[in-house]
Amino acid sequence: MFESPTIAEFVTQSNLASTLPGTLLVAWTLLLVLVDLFAGDEREHWTPLGACLGLGVSFVANLFVYAPAADQQTALYGMFIADAFTGFLNIVILVATLLAVLMSRDYLMRAGIHRGEYYILTLLSSAGAMFMVAANDLIVVFVALELLSIPLYILAAFRSIKNDGGELALKSEESGMKYFILGAFSSAFLVFGAALVYGASGTTNIPQILEVAPAVVDAASSATFYLVVGTALLIVGLGFKVAVVPFHMWTPDVYEGAPTPVTALMSVTAKIGGFAALLRILVTALSVLLLVDGGVAAWQTTISIIAALTLVLGNFVAISQRNLKRMLAYSSIAHAGYIMVALAAAGTAGSADSATQGALVYILAYMFTNLGAFAVVMTIERVDGGGGNIDDITGLARSRPLLAMAMTIFMLSLTGIPLTAGFVGKFMVFAAAVQAGLVGLAVIGVLTSVVSAFYYMRVVVNMYLRDSSGELLPALETVYVRWAINIALAGTLIFGIFYPLASNLVSMVSIA
Amino acid sequence: MVPLWMYLAVAAALFSLGVFGALSRRNAVAVLMSVELMLNAVNINLVAFWRYSETSTDLLLNGYAFTAFVLIVAAAEAAVGLAIIITVYRNRRSVIPEEAAALKG
Repeated sequence: MFESPTIAEFVTQSNLASTLPGTLLVAWTLLLVLVDLFAGDEREHWTPLGACLGLGVSFVANLFVYAPAADQQTALYGMFIADAFTGFLNIVILVATLLAVLMSRDYLMRAGIHRGEYYILTLLSSAGAMFMVAANDLIVVFVALELLSIPLYILAAFRSIKNDGGELALKSEESGMKYFILGAFSSAFLVFGAALVYGASGTTNIPQILEVAPAVVDAASSATFYLVVGTALLIVGLGFKVAVVPFHMWTPDVYEGAPTPVTALMSVTAKIGGFAALLRILVTALSVLLLVDGGVAAWQTTISIIAALTLVLGNFVAISQRNLKRMLAYSSIAHAGYIMVALAAAGTAGSADSATQGALVYILAYMFTNLGAFAVVMTIERVDGGGGNIDDITGLARSRPLLAMAMTIFMLSLTGIPLTAGFVGKFMVFAAAVQAGLVGLAVIGVLTSVVSAFYYMRVVVNMYLRDSSGELLPALETVYVRWAINIALAGTLIFGIFYPLASNLVSMVSIA
Repeated sequence: MVPLWMYLAVAAALFSLGVFGALSRRNAVAVLMSVELMLNAVNINLVAFWRYSETSTDLLLNGYAFTAFVLIVAAAEAAVGLAIIITVYRNRRSVIPEEAAALKG
């Protein structure tokens, strides 16, 4: 019969200390709800400040938990894993959230809405991402994914405004509805896949799936079939979340309609969560899903095809976009493709570690650069939603030289020019792909990077070379978004110029 | 006893109906209902797999626990989703995503 565990056993098995970065953030956020309630008219100052402090507390907890121990430890009866992979991605998520909070402060001030729940939802969504990168069980993957997504649905629908004619000028609610419908649809695929994997292996724990998977594959029974179909459905469900072709069609609409700080946040944290889960499930649990003895993992071909399609479509469609947010949406699809290249490379036995490390460096570089680019877009965008077209940036170099310089560096980094962080990420991903024997995929990646230079450089050309109407562009932004740009710029340049820094940071990461 | 594959067939059929509904219905509320069908298909699958697995004992409740989480998350999702759909309806008098087509390109 069931015996209740002793206290000592409970303490060791639950090991709550190693879950602190995520749980502290959630606890802090719940306290912030009370602060927001009692702050009254002062809430527009106190809630964002409290949000930043909460991120700081979580950051410090993360350093304590992960810095000394390169060896992994599990928590909550094996459902949660704390290793270098989790610690690194937690830091990336926290920095991304800090930048998004700074941008949100600017956005809410200019729009004149002082709503504390905005920051609370932002922090909850980031906590979901932090649980997702630490998930060691399919149940946790699913629940954390929903904690990540549900606040983002609300944030995407946060603000719609009518113009003078009574027509909707900003399409935030529509964007939220589309995001919600596609998100719920994809979650159902994910959880159906998880159910089939559970049925095949008899467990939802990722390391235990690794143990039983070879026997399941060898048996060649109906369980093998469930495992393969379940893996495919998991890839579909998470593919929607990270926006890879052919599951990308919601991305441009949602990114364009959502408030810009929310777009910036979801283009980073949702992708981090999705890719972390994909890496854990495919590399850790299902690397033994070999259909040919001694071959590569069965999912490698599928992931390679998805990566190639994503790279080609994302980069080519971005060329024809006139709206900066839509262009960055297609560019973020393309960047998901580069991370997919690393994921495909992880399917070859022996190169899993280098590919995972490449993916992490790429995510770090993409986080700084993409948030910086969105912050610059915020500075030229009016609160009624207008002013975000590629022509509106014309002449920025004359009216705001430093801002134009920052945008140029972000565009160079997104293209992958040396001395920027984007180059280091691309270099590590392509090196891993070549090492894994996926030379064709690496060539596609390099060629599409060249294509991407076309639309990124068009932004630079518009800023520096085209004649503007003669008026100087007004400074619309507040000091907060300038800080966000400064931090993003520092990250892009530091990790680009001191290039061994990023690879040293991830050198302890191993999830295979 | 009813064999396992029958439960799985029912679940697969229900899931496919849900996918068909979500793709073919234009009304956002109907799409939400179809998604709920898909999630319930998952629940049938989970409980059936749990009941028929060799490790099913009173102690190993993975499948059951998973089902509970799916139910809870589905409820949370429906609450948020309906709230968003109602806001859209207030502004546009329509809950059909294609008619709310301010975003395209």
